[in-house]
Amino acid sequence: MSKAKHKTSPVSIPKSPTGIQGFDEITMGGLPTGRPTLVCGGAGCGKTLFGLEFLVRGATQFDEPGVFMSFEETNEELIMNVASLGFDLNDLIDNKKIALDHVHIERSEIEETGEYDLEALFIRLGYAIDSIGAKRVVLDTIESLFAGLPNQLILRAELRRLFRWLKVKGVTAIITGERGDETLTRQGLEEYVSDCVIMLDHRVTEQTSTRRLRVVKFRGSTHGTNEYPFLIDESGFSVLPVTSLGLEHIVSSERISSGIKALDEMLEGKGYYRGSTILVSGTAGIGKTSTAAHFAEAACKRGERVLYFCFEESPNQLMRNMLSIGIKLEPWVKKGLLRFQATRPTFYGLEMHLAVTHKYVNEFKPDIVILDPINTFDVADKEFEVRTLLMRIVDFLKVNQITALFTSLTSSACNTESSDVGISSLIDTWLLLRDIELNGERNRGMYVLKSRGMANSNQIREFVLTNRGVELRDVYIGASGVLTGSARIAQEAHENSEVLTRKHEIEFKKREIARKRREVEAKVATMLADFGSEEAEAVKIIADEQEMIARLEQDKKEMAKSRKAKVGDIVTNNI
Amino acid sequence: MKQTDVNTDKRAREKQQGDTHDKWVLRLYVAGQSPKALTAFANLKKICEEQLKGKYSIEVIDLLENPQKGAADQIFALPTLVRKLPVPVRKIIGDLSNTERVLIGLDLLPAD
Repeated sequence: MSKAKHKTSPVSIPKSPTGIQGFDEITMGGLPTGRPTLVCGGAGCGKTLFGLEFLVRGATQFDEPGVFMSFEETNEELIMNVASLGFDLNDLIDNKKIALDHVHIERSEIEETGEYDLEALFIRLGYAIDSIGAKRVVLDTIESLFAGLPNQLILRAELRRLFRWLKVKGVTAIITGERGDETLTRQGLEEYVSDCVIMLDHRVTEQTSTRRLRVVKFRGSTHGTNEYPFLIDESGFSVLPVTSLGLEHIVSSERISSGIKALDEMLEGKGYYRGSTILVSGTAGIGKTSTAAHFAEAACKRGERVLYFCFEESPNQLMRNMLSIGIKLEPWVKKGLLRFQATRPTFYGLEMHLAVTHKYVNEFKPDIVILDPINTFDVADKEFEVRTLLMRIVDFLKVNQITALFTSLTSSACNTESSDVGISSLIDTWLLLRDIELNGERNRGMYVLKSRGMANSNQIREFVLTNRGVELRDVYIGASGVLTGSARIAQEAHENSEVLTRKHEIEFKKREIARKRREVEAKVATMLADFGSEEAEAVKIIADEQEMIARLEQDKKEMAKSRKAKVGDIVTNNI
Repeated sequence: MKQTDVNTDKRAREKQQGDTHDKWVLRLYVAGQSPKALTAFANLKKICEEQLKGKYSIEVIDLLENPQKGAADQIFALPTLVRKLPVPVRKIIGDLSNTERVLIGLDLLPAD
């Protein structure tokens, strides 16, 4: 990505890419084409290898054959040395891609008898260059001449001529030189080779060694000026252009699940942002790794690639432990989606860790990187360095759109929030796991301390490890604070029983009403029955009365008949 | 050095040793007809005539014409005189103008 960027910027001088990982980025293109470059450094810092890789990569990747003129190692030694890095020099020599020439100078065999020059060296070099059409030349280490030849005046004059001659030849050359006490090289080669000077260094601080590279000077070009850590491993050199990164990375609004449903819900129900940096911090044994493992598993289920750096546990131990909470990681390892990289933090220096991280990330191309835990870097009082390291890792991952999850162990003695404050600014989503001690119990609580760009939940949830993984429970907040663990269970039981009591009461009331209804109904029935009998009585009486009336009427009529009186008169009286 | 030789006249011994070799093969590496090359050849011829008359051969190799020959004898400076025989191989660089150093280099004179 940065290569493309460099091409668009105005190119000051033509450059030849070295093919060495990261180096071309620092120098914005490589070494100056057609000019000599001085590579200096102490013993064993990788000068020869730098030169050789420059040639091998040139021959294999850029179709630029090269000549390696060695003043120290024989051709056979060189071939053997780089075979361990996977370079087959014999093959390249056979194909006329590389020519080796070993210049052996034995002081005891040589007698100086007057005027001479180093024309033979020029001729040999010229012959080697012409025989394969070389574009690149490495002279390693030309300073050996100073040990072999007593006449320094001639030698210095000839060196000056040699470097001029190389320029005229138009080859891109590397000249290596041993570092001097106060000068860049023991013999002051920098005096002659002044276009580009690269310094390699191999330092040991606190028992861990770090290789560093610095571009001391690059005439006619801008370049990174920092010291960059570099690695020499089975794939050769790799330099880390770590601090050349700006804050220009593309951001994604895609959300990815944390693997814990309840946690996703706390993060707007969607989870983390892709490409964000997540920190899970907490005290020992609180479930940081479990949270990380959940995230890893969820990612693998989505078919994403996860690179898991463990600095405390071996991968097998971690997988076994995660199995106990129902997270199966092994199938994903077998599928190649999940890769563990386990090293002790003290195994190498911080810079080396960074370099290793870069290397593996570039190799594996993961979507998610987990570092578990980061605070183990902090072995000595190197807070600043650790911070820089993390910043570099975060920047690097962000640029590559890789979601990063770090875990961090905080000491329970100090404030969990302040102890991590050094890296707080780097973190997008910070989950804090803390223990809540209450009623003689220690329980886990989780909350989202911060989450950039989302309306995260402000609640503390109880964090429970079950055999089905991590579960988050709502916690009770009462007068005495957050209730967790058995206090929460007691509270739940208490609530349950209360509900039960109410249910009972309702049942009771219902039964009461039914009973009352039955009572009333019974009463009504009796009353109806009473009424029925009364009514019958009344009807009977009425009937009797009417009969009586009728009979009286009859009697009157009969009486009147007998008295021959008018019926009307009698009726009136009767009423 | 053998202990019996220690107290004998060194120069005489050297002379005698030199005399024991009846075949001297010398190679002079040069680059073209440069002044240094010509001087070197003239000086060599003179020394050989004086010291090794009749039992030496000089082969002049022009690296401009045969550049591939430089590597075999590990030549880096010019002119270089290589004593191929008698063994061990000796290399003398320069235009051979310092006769004494040449004789020392060829083992015709003791180093001190």
